[in-house]
Amino acid sequence: MSITYLEAIREAQYEALRHDPAVFLYGQDIATFGGAFKATKNLSKEFPGRVFDSPISEDAMIGMAVGAAVEGARPIIEMQFADFSSVGFNQIINQAATLYWRTNVPCPITIRMPSGGTAGSGPFHSQSMEAIYAHYPGLVIVTPATVEDAYWMLLDSVTLNDPVIYCEHKFLYYHLKADQIGERGLPIGKARIARPGRHATIVTYSAMVHEALRAAEELQLDGYQIEVVDLRSVKPMDTDTILASVARTGRLLALGEAFPWGGVTAEIIARVSSEGFHLLDAPPMRLNSKDTPIPYHPNLWKSHRPTTATIAAALRRLLRY
Amino acid sequence: MFNVSLAETTTCSETDLTVDFRDQFLLTYQHMLLSRVLEEKLGSLYRAGGRIVGGVYLGKGQEAFSAALGVQLRKGRDIYGPLIRDQAGRIAFGEPIIDTVRTYLGAVTGPMRGRDGNIHRGRPKEGHLAMISHLGSLLAVVAGGLFARRLAGTLKDSIGATSIGDGGTSTGAFHEGLNMAAVEKLPIIVSIANNQYAYSTPNTRQYACANLVDRAAGYGVEGVAVDATDLAACLKVFRAAVARARAGGGPQMIVGSLLRLAGHGEHDDASYVPDKARKDPAARDCLAVAEQFTLDHGWMNEAEVRELHEEVRRNVDQTFSKVSKEPTPDPFKENWQALSSADLVEGQHEA
Repeated sequence: MSITYLEAIREAQYEALRHDPAVFLYGQDIATFGGAFKATKNLSKEFPGRVFDSPISEDAMIGMAVGAAVEGARPIIEMQFADFSSVGFNQIINQAATLYWRTNVPCPITIRMPSGGTAGSGPFHSQSMEAIYAHYPGLVIVTPATVEDAYWMLLDSVTLNDPVIYCEHKFLYYHLKADQIGERGLPIGKARIARPGRHATIVTYSAMVHEALRAAEELQLDGYQIEVVDLRSVKPMDTDTILASVARTGRLLALGEAFPWGGVTAEIIARVSSEGFHLLDAPPMRLNSKDTPIPYHPNLWKSHRPTTATIAAALRRLLRY
Repeated sequence: MFNVSLAETTTCSETDLTVDFRDQFLLTYQHMLLSRVLEEKLGSLYRAGGRIVGGVYLGKGQEAFSAALGVQLRKGRDIYGPLIRDQAGRIAFGEPIIDTVRTYLGAVTGPMRGRDGNIHRGRPKEGHLAMISHLGSLLAVVAGGLFARRLAGTLKDSIGATSIGDGGTSTGAFHEGLNMAAVEKLPIIVSIANNQYAYSTPNTRQYACANLVDRAAGYGVEGVAVDATDLAACLKVFRAAVARARAGGGPQMIVGSLLRLAGHGEHDDASYVPDKARKDPAARDCLAVAEQFTLDHGWMNEAEVRELHEEVRRNVDQTFSKVSKEPTPDPFKENWQALSSADLVEGQHEA
């Protein structure tokens, strides 16, 4: 028996629906069809009247979730692809994110965003939106990298009394498996040391955690021990764990699949440079995708995003300094 | 030149004027008057400078249309998502004017505590949603509240209502929200004040259909047009629409024709509105029309009207006087956190 990252997301929604009658699911094609990726497979049958197909109206979907939350519901909204959340952007950053600050009424909504690239998906089905949302006050942004986190962090997101952007990586849906879901791990807001080391730190999140781990394996052959920090949530960002890791290694590579301008990796570098400058033995490095839309053909796509090879090369440059 | 069509509008006949109707008319007229006097005070404070930070946005000319809807709603049971020019509707819904004054003056005692101002206010837990500035986006929020109640089995005969202008109907959010409400057959009143100008843009640059109410059929919802300067007609139309919505008739679109009798905000002299438009019947002052209607029907005499004006003025002045002594926000006492989950708040890491 094993369970995939995708199945863990389904199981978490099952558990959320079972546990709390205030939870309902709203999204495109998620009812009878079970969702474009089958993340809600059978849930409409198991929970009649609580899983709804929405019109193709990302703006209205989020607006509706906010109104429902005011009335005490805890909606989980599925964006079919994170890319399409741009159509609901206004409701997310202006309606959901400001509600508590403005009116003192919490906004417990969870927005699931199938994120990140897979070969052949092209410019509009591959985006990573976490940095865009992290920029706005009033939102929590989680980026699970493991089966266990996919499950527990989704349940935690639904329990939180704040709007959560839950970035689930499509590349991990089928590839990432675990024997079982496992015990509840760290809470939202705490980073995880995915691999201990002492020569350099990679701080990353989501699918790039696995690329980072492979690159660390490769560097081990040369005798380097690379520490990998999995942020788990990019907002809040666990600066303490990052600084503690850099204190051990003296070298930092901030790694993300998202576009290079600004964003999560820039935030990591900014925090370490301003609060842990004295810990650094080398200039901190960043590695992101290229600064173009995400290409369709696998030959181009593989070169657009960071890979084990490019991460390993970056690490070697970092270690040579 | 302007898209103002009154051809298909509902009017009120003498047979509609029951005692019950008269009582509601007079109540609504009082709400309108209070709104007008309150807003005149806000306008003069704005022009005097100093007390009000930010803009002042008035609903002059829209009181009848706005209050005729608000007065049909039951605070605590219905959900109301008012917009910019709904001071009268908010009063009719049951918002005390001290909430308006506290929000304009930024008092910490108000519902927004200086965090947001002027028309951006509400008490969502009391069914009064606090609008954001992005037009059309409130429709889906009202729909979501109704959707959640239906799911929880608490909807019963409660309804939702929200307002917009001719300009706001051009947004994608308005379309998405209304379409969703229609698909879900939610009991929601969508009130569209066609006041001919969105800021400075005439409605000929907003839409191309003959009358906005023509759109109702496209959404599969009921649509009714009304002369929004005529309180009696507005009351008749909203009463009927609310009854249909409560009875399960789904969304109701009401389009009122009028002219905005103020600038977009008090910073705007509306010099772009030509004299011709100001002489059109749609430019009648609904408050004067309602007042004349009560006098013509002998529901109040001139002395009573004058007395009412005085009483309302005293009420408004007293409210401003009280609020002006209340504390404004102190940045050092402010709880600077945008999340309700205090343990997830960032900010302790700035350099």
